[in-house]
Amino acid sequence: MTESQSYEDVVKDKTETHFAQFEDERKGLIGKVQHALHLNPALVPLIILVTAIGLFGMILGQRFFSPGTLTLILQQVQIVGVLAAAQTLVILTAGIDLSVGAIAVLCTVIMGQFTFRYGVPAELSLLIGLAFGGGIGAISGFLVSRVKIPPFIVTLGMWQIVLASTYLFSRNETLRSSDLRADAPALLFLGNKIQIGGANFTFGVILMILIFVALAYALRATAWGRHVYAVGDDPEAAQLAGVNVHKTLMSVYIMAGLICAVAAWVMIGRFSSVSPSASTGVIGNIQSITAVVIGGISLFGGRGSIFGAFFGALIVGVFEMGLRMAGADPQWTFLLIGMLIIGAVALDQWIRKVSS
Amino acid sequence: MTQQQPILSGKNLVKRYGKVTALDHCDFELYPGEILAVIGDNGAGKSSLIKALSGAVVPDAGEVYLEGKKVNFKSPIDARHAGIETVYQTLAMSPALSIADNMFMGREIRKSGFMGKVLGQLDKKKMEAFARDKLSELGLMTIQNINQAVETLSGGQRQGVAVARAAAFGSRVIILDEPTAALGVKESRRVLELILDVRSRGTPIILISHNMPHVFEVADRIHVHRLGKRLCVIDPKDYTMSDAVAFMTGAKEAPA
Repeated sequence: MTESQSYEDVVKDKTETHFAQFEDERKGLIGKVQHALHLNPALVPLIILVTAIGLFGMILGQRFFSPGTLTLILQQVQIVGVLAAAQTLVILTAGIDLSVGAIAVLCTVIMGQFTFRYGVPAELSLLIGLAFGGGIGAISGFLVSRVKIPPFIVTLGMWQIVLASTYLFSRNETLRSSDLRADAPALLFLGNKIQIGGANFTFGVILMILIFVALAYALRATAWGRHVYAVGDDPEAAQLAGVNVHKTLMSVYIMAGLICAVAAWVMIGRFSSVSPSASTGVIGNIQSITAVVIGGISLFGGRGSIFGAFFGALIVGVFEMGLRMAGADPQWTFLLIGMLIIGAVALDQWIRKVSS
Repeated sequence: MTQQQPILSGKNLVKRYGKVTALDHCDFELYPGEILAVIGDNGAGKSSLIKALSGAVVPDAGEVYLEGKKVNFKSPIDARHAGIETVYQTLAMSPALSIADNMFMGREIRKSGFMGKVLGQLDKKKMEAFARDKLSELGLMTIQNINQAVETLSGGQRQGVAVARAAAFGSRVIILDEPTAALGVKESRRVLELILDVRSRGTPIILISHNMPHVFEVADRIHVHRLGKRLCVIDPKDYTMSDAVAFMTGAKEAPA
């Protein structure tokens, strides 16, 4: 090479020994807080939850701060909690599922009607319901992953389709509590409870917690979980790095559908009846998205901890219960939840700014 | 050198995107132990060529041979299984995940025994230790913070991690797409040293670059790409940088 072409030789001779050391350059308390939140995104909802319980406990005293009331909150959030678990999976892949509540209601109707109309044993009807949930998830997953329709559109359509199917299939009949109790106790199984002191844990609540624990394990400690995050973060990068994006998306939507069907079982246990017009079909999606967002899970995908969604669901439950006990207008609950949603997303934006 | 069998070669590769022909009956050969640079103007089809070789796109026509055997890569995963590692210009990393997670993306190590086989638990310790080893082997890091998210690293650091990932797993061929494009002078130097380091261990490298000084410094042969096909292959010792630029822009007739 000629003289003019070797202009970089200056740096060549002087070998750089400190090229890429990973030092933590951000300093100060704010930097540390941001870093901690970046590592543990469920920390904020946990703090809000504990603070809220503490505040209501101080204001309302024993009435609120009793095992009975606190476990009642768990019972009130169990359906939304399970739906939020399903929603979390989809949102982690940078999608959104507007059909979770509708799928749950359709599955309750399937579980109920197969038992009563077709005389299928209740246990088998449960499995058929689960299969339907997974099947609907598979259709949504295919439309998102292969046909490349945005998840919002796919599930917006699916929501209407599933909701309409629910009414058509059920012929708008409600199955009453007394019939269920007499002929299909398996459907009501999750309504049973264990009493410890004044605390009441329904099987539905316990199942919800188990679902969160199992998913947290799967997301954190298995290859599948890492792939879910990678796909949500940057699907093209994940594909190039060797992740089967299609398979991952399909598994996520199928899993979400299955969990919605589990939510259906929880619903039957909680309401002791099967009604196609259950409000979950209309507002379940928004409630679950609210829990997920308050839980600090990024709507842009790839970030957040599933426990955040659990805390998010509980925060909503605690606010509802606390404000009702305090005699406040229920609108205050919605007002506060609305503020929390915006605050949570603002915080997410801040956490995402780590690299700048 | 040309008497040897090429380790990786392409014959008559064609790739069209709608009306655009990105690869027009293109040939390609990489020989064992060499650094082959691929240069060409923007839009000449360098990236398409590399993608066809690494399985990221399936060519419309033509064949790819690895060590004389015909291969049909349907995805980058297939190419990786065959021992071809690619560092893409975009680096293909998940910013929110840790360095270790990114290095093992798509080839995670599971624990042995019940936890690994039935519950699919990952052996994070083993993966972290391996990642740490590979990074320090290439002089890339101090040992702490292997769990730091990739997005908290600088451009050069990310590039380093990506090259380390390829070097750690690429057993037959490593493809580097513009590895120095986003880097500063010092960081580029380090990556070039890394490239020479990898070659000295016997792994052949395909280097796509716009940076002529870098190409002329490290390459053994230079594949000049023009209008979707190979124009010529030159030896950097026989030509100057301006010759190379003249060939790739069509300002000068290519040598026979």
